[in-house]
Amino acid sequence: MKIIHCPVNGPRPLQEFYFGGQFRAVPTSEQEDAMTDAEWSDYAFNRDGSPGIQKEWWYHTPSGTWFIAERDIVTDVFVRTYLFDQADQESGNDG
Amino acid sequence: MPYRLLKFGLSSEYSEPRMFPVQGDLRDAYDVVIIGGGGHGLAAAHYLATEFGITNVAVLEKGYLGRGGTGRNTAIVRSNYLTPQGASFYQASVELFQDLSRQLDLNLFYSERGHFTLAHSPASLRTQRWRAEVNKQLGIDSELITPEEVRKMVPEIDLQCGGHQPPIHGALYHPPGAIARHDAVAWGYARRAGEAGVEIHQQTAVTDIEVRDGAVCGVHTNKGFIKTEKVLSAVAGWTTEITQMVGLRTPLVIHPLQAMVTEPLKPWLDKIVVSASLHLYVSQSSRGELVAGASLDPYELISMRSSLDFAEGTAGHLIDLFPMLGDVKVLRQWAGLCDMTPDFSPIMGTTPIRGFYLDAGWGTWGFKATPISGLTMAHTLATGRDHELIEPFNVSRFSDFQLVGEKGAASVGH
Ligand SMILES: Cc1cc2nc3c(=O)[nH]c(=O)nc-3n(C[C@H](O)[C@H](O)[C@H](O)COP(=O)(O)OP(=O)(O)OC[C@H]3O[C@@H](n4cnc5c(N)ncnc54)[C@H](O)[C@@H]3O)c2cc1C
Repeated sequence: MKIIHCPVNGPRPLQEFYFGGQFRAVPTSEQEDAMTDAEWSDYAFNRDGSPGIQKEWWYHTPSGTWFIAERDIVTDVFVRTYLFDQADQESGNDG
Repeated sequence: MPYRLLKFGLSSEYSEPRMFPVQGDLRDAYDVVIIGGGGHGLAAAHYLATEFGITNVAVLEKGYLGRGGTGRNTAIVRSNYLTPQGASFYQASVELFQDLSRQLDLNLFYSERGHFTLAHSPASLRTQRWRAEVNKQLGIDSELITPEEVRKMVPEIDLQCGGHQPPIHGALYHPPGAIARHDAVAWGYARRAGEAGVEIHQQTAVTDIEVRDGAVCGVHTNKGFIKTEKVLSAVAGWTTEITQMVGLRTPLVIHPLQAMVTEPLKPWLDKIVVSASLHLYVSQSSRGELVAGASLDPYELISMRSSLDFAEGTAGHLIDLFPMLGDVKVLRQWAGLCDMTPDFSPIMGTTPIRGFYLDAGWGTWGFKATPISGLTMAHTLATGRDHELIEPFNVSRFSDFQLVGEKGAASVGH
């Protein structure tokens, strides 16, 4: 059984988790106003999707914890899991 | 034993013609390079040569023909989709499939079975009714039927699902739903394309694509550089690697999809049965094995590993529908890569990069589209303009906010 480390609850089985997709910094309201239609559609739909380590959202269902994982999407190895903070928002979408 | 077979067995030389010629070295340049020797790439090559007279074509396959989704799918062919764009496209494919064994002069074991999509709730019955009405408008044989009618055609089914799952409220029934021998589809197209002059290079991987001033000028492979102005990417679950080479952003993400077969049984199930609520679909192959699959693995992964979770879940749901299978053994299981789009429709046709053509977004539903995508992509490559059947599927639909929502018809019933 695959075990994932929840940053709050420690190691738990995969079945307790929900995958929330690739991490993308949410545009601030100033950024939103300046975004073109092309930038919006890129934000809404396009993803990286290529092999490598991806920064993504995961949810631990029993405890209601959203957190961030850095995971190799080819080998399925979780490199790091941690709670979201302001630095993630500011790091933009290059994670 | 037929006399010919006996003679063949006793002769010291291999007297049968080869399916495909042994390929020599790559040439320096081709009119068209097709990346991916799955059904789609090979069908496109075949139609380029036979319908459009373009034969200076190379199909490059990094492994062997049919190594990808083509040789891993559960071979369901149907056209009862939800949107008029999707349903007309897949209907054109079904019509090509019906005559394909004769066209390719190879028995594809195309077998019309009748396809049921079971509804376990009033809400899903409503979606099935919607699909039936869209289908009928387009002349597709598709109707809503009662639980009693389901039981008449599939007497072994437990309409109450053993009380473990919500009972069956009815089903969408699509009589032309079929299965086919998937490898043979790839081999048949490859043989015909080869005879028409197309080169098929296996063990040849594309490692990069040269783009200059917004136009394709060649591809790098593990066997050297090839000049070409037209590249078709037909690599399904590997598409995100290729689009990265040309710097094209798309919504594609890759998830594994798994399937399994049981030990062979005497024939008892001549229908294809799909249940979205149970994340299950099943048919019986001509060898007697039950071929069963589920919905996508729940998170992104570019790996063809298979899991115990899948085998357990699928076996459990199989017994919910058919309790008499309790003692039947699972023989083998496997996985393939699915390039998923947010609207469950493919991404096809021209792209913002001149000479770079995309045939992707085949997710869990692309086998049935093999003939029509081959034909429409060949048209698009030959004319430089999207065939009208695939216009709604161009990658520009995302920046135009013109999605073609097929989730209701494609998420579980492949
Ligand atoms: C378990 C499972 C069940 C399915 N069931 C159904 C079903 O019932 N009905 C249905 O319609 N669809 C089904 N599908 C989906 C279907 O299998 C695929 O959509 C379809 O096979 C895609 O075909 P293709 O020719 O586009 O790609 P593929 O058959 O995947 O071929 C792509 C080829 O490209 C090659 N390649 C990749 N990268 C490179 C490179 N850099 N250079 C050279 N070559 C490269 C690969 O080796 C591969 O052979 C299922 C899929 C799976 C995994």
